[in-house]
Amino acid sequence: MSSNRITVKNMTDKEYFLGHKACAGCGGSLAVRLALKVFGDRTFAALPAGCMSAVGFIYPQMAFLNNAIISTFPGTGSMLSGMRAGLDALGVKDAHVVGFAGDGGTADIGLQALSGAIDRREKIIYICYDNEAYMNTGVQKSGLTPYGARTTTSPAGNNLPGSVMQKKNLFEIVAAHDIAYAATASVGYPQDYLNKLSKAAAVEGTSYIHIYATCPTGWGTPTETSVSLAKEAVDSGLWYLAEYEDGAFTLNRKPKEFFPVKEHLLKQGRFKHLKDSDIKVIEEARDKKWKRMLEKWN
Amino acid sequence: MIDTRKNESVFVSGDEAVALGVRLSRPQVISAYPITPQTIVVERLSEMVEDGSLDAKYIHVESEHSAMSAAMGASSVGARAFTATSSQGLLYMAEGLHYASGGRMPIVMMNANRSLALPWSIFGDHRDSMSMLDSGWIQVYVEDAQEALDMTIQAYRIAEDPSVLTPFMINLDGFILTHTYELVEVPRQKEVDSYLPPFSTPNKMSLETPKSMGFSTSPADNMEFKYQQHKAMMDSMEVIKKADKEFSEMFGRSYHGLVDCYQCDDAEYILVTAGSVTGTARVAVDTMRIKGIKAGVLKLRFMRPFPEQEIRNILSGAVSYGVLDKDISFGYEGTMFTNVNSALSGSKNFPRGMNFVGGLGGRDISVQDIEEMFIALQKCPDNAYGDYIKSRVSFVNMGVNINE
Ligand SMILES: Cc1ncc(C[n+]2csc(CCOP(=O)(O)OP(=O)(O)O)c2C)c(N)n1
Ligand code: SF4
Ligand SMILES: [Mg+2]
Repeated sequence: MSSNRITVKNMTDKEYFLGHKACAGCGGSLAVRLALKVFGDRTFAALPAGCMSAVGFIYPQMAFLNNAIISTFPGTGSMLSGMRAGLDALGVKDAHVVGFAGDGGTADIGLQALSGAIDRREKIIYICYDNEAYMNTGVQKSGLTPYGARTTTSPAGNNLPGSVMQKKNLFEIVAAHDIAYAATASVGYPQDYLNKLSKAAAVEGTSYIHIYATCPTGWGTPTETSVSLAKEAVDSGLWYLAEYEDGAFTLNRKPKEFFPVKEHLLKQGRFKHLKDSDIKVIEEARDKKWKRMLEKWN
Repeated sequence: MIDTRKNESVFVSGDEAVALGVRLSRPQVISAYPITPQTIVVERLSEMVEDGSLDAKYIHVESEHSAMSAAMGASSVGARAFTATSSQGLLYMAEGLHYASGGRMPIVMMNANRSLALPWSIFGDHRDSMSMLDSGWIQVYVEDAQEALDMTIQAYRIAEDPSVLTPFMINLDGFILTHTYELVEVPRQKEVDSYLPPFSTPNKMSLETPKSMGFSTSPADNMEFKYQQHKAMMDSMEVIKKADKEFSEMFGRSYHGLVDCYQCDDAEYILVTAGSVTGTARVAVDTMRIKGIKAGVLKLRFMRPFPEQEIRNILSGAVSYGVLDKDISFGYEGTMFTNVNSALSGSKNFPRGMNFVGGLGGRDISVQDIEEMFIALQKCPDNAYGDYIKSRVSFVNMGVNINE
């Protein structure tokens, strides 16, 4: 990395997302805040319905200092395309067009528009903050809710362990479009995220960052553990830091030994009910995924 | 290729006329998704972008929802946007319709009026656009290809007026207008440029004055926004009339504002129509007049804003009136009929009205069908009230006996 890279120490003091009404310890708001510090004043952002738009645009108190608009829930990708086309037509240069969408707004209802946007190869940056459920509507299961998570629509009981589906493999779905740049990140590894934001900002064409973003309210976790839990998720192998560039995948972090899954999960209200047999299912899925990643990726 | 430096007449379909009108209006962003019978518009526009005769970005979106979403993205940074759709596509972008009008984004859209599934039908009726009547879009229904071209240019003028800032839907009857060839006069680009200045709006995101748009409101503020939206739509009536007047001064064609009348002055029986069927109704009026029956046609051009005053003035002098709806609100009656009746309810003289529901799924409406409507209107006032109520809504040209 070059010496002028943006770090937590040298980044701007200017805030672009402040005064919003996100819960204390919200990982999503941290993801948005850091990204805007990297992208700066010349940013046009679109956010679909979801927590970040809900907490940031309550008339008359607007929380964004840069240009920002709420898109329809399914339409972030296409609204970004329209914004970029409009800016091009008007001769506005060197501006970032950025989306911040939740896991539901990205992997489920917004997938079609996202796919269209990537397909068009426009210079837009799409950031999915993944808090693993539909939080804004009260913690319902999304396509990115992991196995065993209790949500309000995947209750845990005698018959079901919470969600019975594994997370949709969105990062690789996005990469399969042969996107110019895609990466995964975690609010627990801010420097890695900052590096990826800088890369996304510089890349020609479409870029996508999928950031794991803790949600104390939806996960049943103490607000002060949001960063450490997001780090632990990577260390336990339940999340991973990777990049896709020029047709190749790279794993940025390969833990020698995983942090114990059980210990990590049982810190979270949404997993408190899990039995050892459920933990085993989760570990097996993790191991299968890692085996494949280690074999095939750089 | 058409030379837009001079006035030229060309033989084109309604869809092509719209495309020519769009090009003359110089949109900066076009986003659209194909659906019969709209496709020719977007095919022509993409050709114009390719050959360089239209300097716009053409976005190939993956759905109508995204077509509207992209148009909104463009509009939100201050670019002039165009899209076109029909039927299922219009419904698929329904969320975006309300969104664009609430966001006060003056997007112009062509809608090729087509039936709605089920059963599937690619043919024309008005059920698609009528079901979007409350979406906050200005709605015009054109009668022929010339009006389609002219209204495309006027649409931007009206929609972008600072007192209006409301999106605009131009409705063309599927196939009957979209695919029928007519001789159309194409205005000069220079004159269009002076009629339609470049889009400028304070309601946009820009680097000079960063803004948050598309925000949410609490119950304490929401109604005021909705009231402003309603007021803008009401105010657009004067803007529509002015746009028509200035258009006629410059290009020599007037469409008479919100409604157009044919032989209404002394008419005892007036049929209210919208879109292409008006042409057929004009012919029927001529034949009725030869027979000594004082018939007239009121062409309802705009469904929103609704020309309440004009309708009341014109219809309250009639003995009876009919409304020809290519639409039905199942369980009640045609949407135009409901709206016309509501306009009349404020007048002292409220003549009896009849609703003729016809043309659903592209069924033909002939001159003879319309003559029969006028004959029914002649009988209507004599009917006992109970009979009248029972026969108020009838279906034109039905293949099955009704009530059997
Ligand atoms: C078309 C449509 N369907 C449903 C909704 C309701 N809705 C608003 S936000 C939301 C949840 C968003 O979840 P996600 O995208 O994961 O973001 P988060 O709230 O978790 O930040 C839902 C279901 C909507 N606004 N629009
Ligand atoms: S519910 Fe979760 S995602 Fe939403 S604002 Fe609160 S912490 Fe953030
Ligand atoms: Mg979520």
